[in-house]
Amino acid sequence: MKLALREALRAFSRAPMLSALSVTTIAFSLFAFGLFGLVALNLRSALAQVEERVEVRAFIAEGTNPEATAAAVGDIAAFPEVASVRLVSEVQALERARRELGEFEDVFEAGILPASIEVRLKEGFRDPTNVRSVSRRLEVYDFVDDIRYGEEWVEKLYKLRTIATAAGISLGLVFALVAIIIIGSTIRMAVLARSREIAIMRLVGATNGFIRAPFLVEGFLKGLLGGLLALVLTWVTFQFVGQYVVQATYFDARLIVLGVLGGALIGLLGSAVSVGRHLGRV
Amino acid sequence: MIRFTHVTKHYPRGGPALDDASFHVNRGEFVFLTGPSGAGKSTILKLIYVDERPSQGEVRVAGQSSVTMTKHQIPALRRRLGVIFQDFRLLEDRTAEQNVAFALEVIGTSQQQIGPKVARVLTQVGLAAKATALPHELSGGEQQRVAIARALVNDPLVLLADEPTGNLDDRSTRGIFQLLRDINASGTAVMMATHDLALVKSLDFRTLELNRGKLVFDSGAQYPAPADEFDPPVAGSDAGAQPDAQPGAQPAEPPGEAGAAGDVGEAGEAGGAVAEGGAP
Ligand SMILES: Nc1ncnc2c1ncn2[C@@H]1O[C@H](COP(=O)(O)OP(=O)(O)O)[C@@H](O)[C@H]1O
Ligand SMILES: [Mg+2]
Repeated sequence: MKLALREALRAFSRAPMLSALSVTTIAFSLFAFGLFGLVALNLRSALAQVEERVEVRAFIAEGTNPEATAAAVGDIAAFPEVASVRLVSEVQALERARRELGEFEDVFEAGILPASIEVRLKEGFRDPTNVRSVSRRLEVYDFVDDIRYGEEWVEKLYKLRTIATAAGISLGLVFALVAIIIIGSTIRMAVLARSREIAIMRLVGATNGFIRAPFLVEGFLKGLLGGLLALVLTWVTFQFVGQYVVQATYFDARLIVLGVLGGALIGLLGSAVSVGRHLGRV
Repeated sequence: MIRFTHVTKHYPRGGPALDDASFHVNRGEFVFLTGPSGAGKSTILKLIYVDERPSQGEVRVAGQSSVTMTKHQIPALRRRLGVIFQDFRLLEDRTAEQNVAFALEVIGTSQQQIGPKVARVLTQVGLAAKATALPHELSGGEQQRVAIARALVNDPLVLLADEPTGNLDDRSTRGIFQLLRDINASGTAVMMATHDLALVKSLDFRTLELNRGKLVFDSGAQYPAPADEFDPPVAGSDAGAQPDAQPGAQPAEPPGEAGAAGDVGEAGEAGGAVAEGGAP
């Protein structure tokens, strides 16, 4: 293992240009993948924010006994799909309308806006089927006059979400595949540049494990360095975009570690495959 | 120690590079492999160090058979052989001693053993003074000495030399050839492929001559292997693979040849080669 590390470091110092080139290539492949990841991540969180506004509103008939509505609110809050329930009285409804539509405040007179129960749904229950099922259960109450949840809007949002997920996964796979192919071929170049060492090792009777080890270490280190460099690049880009374009979210710690380790893993596997080809003979 | 039995080698493209060759080499022998370019000399050496496998027939080296040898037995066999080439095959970015040490490091020799071994073998080839020189700072002859040192550092049974003087001038050629003779004199068998007929003719060494893959002349053929030179077939496995190795079917061993004592030594060294250990 010590020998493997020494040989790997030696390869770096003997061919600094080639090593730098492979690290940069790995970094840029991962950078492209990382940018895609950032865009996907932010689209997702934007969508999630919009989704949070999915709510079912049940309008309450005038003159309903407040105790009945209060009891209903308690029941509804216990639905498994429900995140929160809020009772909006007639007065509150009017105030809100005035606030939101300030210049038209004269239009409203007390009593023309009904009280309502506003139900927000948990994540994962904001699709049309669940929304519909919740609203049907609200209809059961006698005092409920009318129910609104923006059916069309919920359906469009849901479609958008499905399409975005599918596109994200397939594009992500394509990006990852391209990155793996590019990284694989740079590593193969590095292995090729050292085919002399490999030939001599074979000749003097080194076992395949011994021959492989330095290359695996080298590939791992290159992948790791490339991953870290890609991290820096995405961070800089992210800061730039944040300052001049829009505020966005960055990867969390888990994704960062995963990304960098992923780079190292690709380097490791790429080396294993390339050296394996050299060793496959006889 | 080395035995070819009806060995034919076809490369994926082209005709047979070696055609039904049978011969054997004893411990401590010096053997020339001659013949024009393309005759199959390198092919024979590659079959010995298992860079290639025979298409037909059997190659036995140090108790291992090409028929039964698995891939992961190859490294152990190669550690008992030394190989040198016309183009030296040194690592340009390492000094002479680092090149030799590399061969020990990659087979897991301990660091304390490496230093003395390298020093000893560099002295043996006459390069102790240039231990820290890089290959490009050495003459062709000196580079070949480094390669020889690397090949010798594990005390091989046989040194396989593929046109070792092909890139050298006359003076270096004589020096390298003398070194090979010295190495042979100290007990290591040497098989040297060369198309330098003048050199071969001037000396009375065993000569295997090849032409277009056929073994056309073997000056040592009148001295067949002693009956116990080769491991008898392992019972039930490759019995019959070498019908001409039957004890008693062979004439007696000529005097002066590497004898039974050497073979006992080989059986001991062979370690895992059970067949040899069990030889009567
Ligand atoms: N790897 C190979 N693939 C195909 N043909 C080969 C290969 N190596 C050698 N040959 C052919 O086998 C024949 C014998 O080659 P070789 O053993 O190298 O001859 P020599 O060493 O006597 O010059 C030649 O015709 C050569 O072209
Ligand atoms: Mg040749």
